[in-house]
Amino acid sequence: MPTEHIIEATYLIATALFILSLKWLSSPATARRGVFAGEVGMLLAVVGTLMYHGIVEYKWIAIALVLGSIIGVPLGEVAMTAVPQRTALSHAFGALCVTLVGTAEYYLRTPDVPPFMMSVLSMEIILGSLTFTGSLMAAGKLQEILPQRPLTYKGQNFVNLGLLAVAVAVAVALVMHPEKMQLFPVIVAIPLVFGVMMIIPIGGADMPTVISLLNSYAGLSAAAMGFVLQSKLLIIAGALDGASGFILSVNMSKAMNRSFANVLFGAFGQEQASGAAGGAEQARSVRSATPEEAAAILAAANKVVVVPGYGMAVAQAQHKVRELYDALTKRGIDVKFGIHPVAGRMPGHMNVLLAEADIPYDKLLDMDEINGEFPQTDVALVIGANDVTNPAARTDHSSPIFGMPILDVDKARTVMVIKRSMGAGFAGIENPLYYMDKTLMLFGDAKNFVGAIVRELASGHE
Amino acid sequence: MKLDLLTSLYVFMLAAFIGFEVIRRVSPLLHTPLMSLTNALDAIAVVGAIILAGESHEHRALLAKVLGTIAIVAATSNIVGGFLITDRMLRMFKASGPRKQ
Repeated sequence: MPTEHIIEATYLIATALFILSLKWLSSPATARRGVFAGEVGMLLAVVGTLMYHGIVEYKWIAIALVLGSIIGVPLGEVAMTAVPQRTALSHAFGALCVTLVGTAEYYLRTPDVPPFMMSVLSMEIILGSLTFTGSLMAAGKLQEILPQRPLTYKGQNFVNLGLLAVAVAVAVALVMHPEKMQLFPVIVAIPLVFGVMMIIPIGGADMPTVISLLNSYAGLSAAAMGFVLQSKLLIIAGALDGASGFILSVNMSKAMNRSFANVLFGAFGQEQASGAAGGAEQARSVRSATPEEAAAILAAANKVVVVPGYGMAVAQAQHKVRELYDALTKRGIDVKFGIHPVAGRMPGHMNVLLAEADIPYDKLLDMDEINGEFPQTDVALVIGANDVTNPAARTDHSSPIFGMPILDVDKARTVMVIKRSMGAGFAGIENPLYYMDKTLMLFGDAKNFVGAIVRELASGHE
Repeated sequence: MKLDLLTSLYVFMLAAFIGFEVIRRVSPLLHTPLMSLTNALDAIAVVGAIILAGESHEHRALLAKVLGTIAIVAATSNIVGGFLITDRMLRMFKASGPRKQ
């Protein structure tokens, strides 16, 4: 049938466009072309599918497409600061789609489901449901509807792994007896609970890893759905998404010096336990400075590196930071940004916020690119970042974050840290950086403090 | 059938390798847009949902229709929202040099 061939052709072209789309994303110069390629591929595939002769009723499809678009537009228009929770929510939607289709496929096909088919179908359902509730929980924590604090209890890993083991065991039983329909709701329900339990012990700073992991799960569940439906297009799209999430998870776990097994089992967040930094509560002195003093030091510098962290996002300080960037650049000072892979709440979070504030992307440097430059840097200005600048990670074997790659701000001639108070960071670890002789603490809200520095620079000696 | 499943496994494996090679080259600068773009592409699952909701079924037709329709809504919102926000983010990334007006 010619229609069949046309549909296959649209799928083939869509597949090629999806791969090109990701390839073009490798550089900011071609990235928008990548989005366009993805859109064309998606449109082709959807139109091709609508031509499928087996479709007998279009009414509900049309209503659903319109409704989905109506929901999708506001989700595409959220503020840049809300991007992490939006991303988590979209993982939940993707997983919901996969789980629902998988559920329907099971009830339509049972009892005639061959073992391999039942295996991939179970995988689709288990990954889909745990990603659905897990992502909703993550979105809730990021939106601060749910408490951000990690909740841990004794035997948590045991309970979680036990749940997962039960789900897998029931799935195996279903593979052997696909006609036992009463077992099917179990492999939907248990992963739904597991998804919630998995995110309960996760704290804010672990979110970049968790979001990447959920991204990977969402992709793998879609690929499994491709196996069930025998759709090569879906297998490929799912594999690409799964690979992307996997690469990001590995990047994030490396940047936090966690083992990959640790990531896979979702057992983050609790190993700081009682921490080694307990007794070191001597009254060590810190030096603090006013906006005027900070402005004077910055004005005298030749090279400044700004290190942003989640605190900058919370204070919405990125536009003030851009004003500071402008003020310093106008004086001929070289200003760059050093960005740790896990700064913020998702991979690349800081880059998006700074790009939104109109800071050119060639000034945003990766940890590996910027670290060699700190020894020649006059001022390292840390805004709302803590653990990623902690030199104890390099030197102190007893530190819980020992071995974590950090931004070497302590190698700069002067370090300035904008911080609300002396409270410890997410991991509850003392940061020796703050007690160094070259360090000046700038206490206050990031947005107000940077604003005050900018005013000083403007009014000061021209 | 057996051959088809085996072919599917080959397709999956090759796509995963391509994914690794292509995505490894994405600059960390663009990791957030990468995630929203792959999310939109992943919503190609809508294709399966459309067929599920549109086909005629002898048994459990209502179940297929209801679940398929909800699945289309979920996937479509990811497609529309995902592409929109990715493009919005990428438009913000500008190189230095001649400052914008």
